[in-house]
Amino acid sequence: MADPILRLSQLSKRFGQFEAVKGIDLAIQEGEFFTIVGPSGSGKTTLIRMLAGLEEPSDGEILLRGERINETPANRRPTCMVFQSLALFPHRSVGQNIEFPLKMRGVPPVERMNRALELLRLLRLPEDYYKKQVSQCSGGERQRIALARALAFDPEILFFDEPLSAIDYRLRKTLEKELKDLHRETGKTFVYITHSLEEAMVMSDRIGIMRLGELVQVGAPDEIYSRPANRFVSEFMGEVNVLEVKPNGAGLHCPVLGSTLQGPDGKADFESGYLVIRPEYLRFIAPGETAENTVTGVLYNEYALGSRIQYQVRVGEQVFLVEKLREQRYGGKLDDEVTIGWEARDSVLATE
Amino acid sequence: MTATTEVRSAENATLRQRRERRLRFSPGLLTALPVLIFLALAFAAPLLAVFGYSFMPEGTFDFTFPPTLENYLSVFSGSYYISFAKSLGLALVTVVLLMVICWPIAYGMAKLFGRWANLMTLAIIIPLFVSENIRLFGWVLFLIKGGVFLGGLKAWLGFDGESILYDVPAIVLGLVYVYLPFTLFPMVLGISMVSREVTEAAFDMGASRWQVFREVELPLATPGILIGGLLTFILSLGSLAESKILGGQAVIMIADEIETAFTFGQNWPLGSALSVILILFSGTLVLTLLSWVDLDRILGRKK
Repeated sequence: MADPILRLSQLSKRFGQFEAVKGIDLAIQEGEFFTIVGPSGSGKTTLIRMLAGLEEPSDGEILLRGERINETPANRRPTCMVFQSLALFPHRSVGQNIEFPLKMRGVPPVERMNRALELLRLLRLPEDYYKKQVSQCSGGERQRIALARALAFDPEILFFDEPLSAIDYRLRKTLEKELKDLHRETGKTFVYITHSLEEAMVMSDRIGIMRLGELVQVGAPDEIYSRPANRFVSEFMGEVNVLEVKPNGAGLHCPVLGSTLQGPDGKADFESGYLVIRPEYLRFIAPGETAENTVTGVLYNEYALGSRIQYQVRVGEQVFLVEKLREQRYGGKLDDEVTIGWEARDSVLATE
Repeated sequence: MTATTEVRSAENATLRQRRERRLRFSPGLLTALPVLIFLALAFAAPLLAVFGYSFMPEGTFDFTFPPTLENYLSVFSGSYYISFAKSLGLALVTVVLLMVICWPIAYGMAKLFGRWANLMTLAIIIPLFVSENIRLFGWVLFLIKGGVFLGGLKAWLGFDGESILYDVPAIVLGLVYVYLPFTLFPMVLGISMVSREVTEAAFDMGASRWQVFREVELPLATPGILIGGLLTFILSLGSLAESKILGGQAVIMIADEIETAFTFGQNWPLGSALSVILILFSGTLVLTLLSWVDLDRILGRKK
């Protein structure tokens, strides 16, 4: 692997007694779209603020192309951040906003304007927006203006601090894809922060999952989706079925169900933890059919999720979620007794 | 077709009726009425009286004479422009000094001091509970030859200095001291409206500390600065106590002249004419500045 553009070693940040970021090691490659995902309070914003130079690390090192930049202030770093609030200048026109980093660098006005118009085109904004006031632009347009302004800076790494979190669902879906396209077009390194794993999945080359100041798992979206390192990651992925289990020689004993289940191969050292099954891997078992693991319960409710339908099946205390494509909809009525099952290889073992 | 037009005109009629009724019994107007009456009696009426007197013949206390412009003529032919210019100059110097003094304090209170800012606010407000004149006499005791400052210096260090009292510096000191809160608090408000992320973004995009100040903080805090500056300027322009108590008779301000005309001179029409000119000047200044500086645009608000 080539030398990383950004390397963090044992990076920590303390605020008084509170340790917001705890010794993070990470290498981000040139041209990568890397996303850090975590719930609020996981330290992800503190982490990216340290990377941008807005917060000084308490410990550890930040290396940009092998050079330590811990003490370099934000205005001397070749990086640029798109803020959660976008932080556009309300007293300046769209054009002046985009030109700001160039103006700070003393680029002559004509050159600045040409570059700003170029960026407006790149972000599919009409050229006459150059003279428009920021307050007259819509949410999606402001997003693009903030991006154009960051690109005008021509940073080596672009940081994003949840810029899409305040935008409504449909526009967010469009902008996520646009951002990924922009990443291809510019070939720059993007480091993105979000609390939505769904958003991270759409855009990222690699994802790092953060919890209580630590990186819990780093990997490609597929890897995190199919092989979550622990229960936290698997539940963060969305709705999953989690069963507490303990190996008992014959298989995995599940106290809630009072039965023994078959788990996936490998993980011989597994002592106790959880069996995780995604709702789409569960299926209804008709009489005469079999599966490696089966349980019988009551169909309690069903929810339409657009292209898919989700069913809630109650087996004693335990609630199972089963998902089917709309075309493969289950024919039964609510309160029917149903048997559901899954294959051992479709489940994952996870620690706490 | 005709049926629909009929229905529509009937609808229009009821709408019109409703609108009229709303105008007549508008709760907004009703609740504002007491304040309106109070303002009319206590604010507009005296102003009107002053305006009326300014057109009466010299030295009368009566409203019954035919209007005349002689007071204005004597104001403009006299040497009042000197005291007017002095007042103007002192007010300008006060505003400029207060801008420079208040910016760091206001910046600290809005962005840096955290909960200590409340304590500072209190420390600045509490002296306002003491009458301005008494506070100014306090300064006299502090500054007078042999007083707290010079007397102390002499006793401790044997240094014998001259007092700044009864001259322009003492008046400026008094004006700056008395009007500091009027500049400071609007400025704090103005600065606290500049979001942290916006200044950080400017810094992140390569702006130096000075560039952040000039390009982002100063323009975004302008509404607060402007309002504080105007307030201070107008108040200093009409100030009287500072020049009398701390300045002796070294500088005759325009407010001095007005007071003299009303009391010692027993010439209400002349005092009224001077007042009207001062009011017109201040009013024009405020209105021009406020319309010239588009506050909505500065704040990035939609119109």
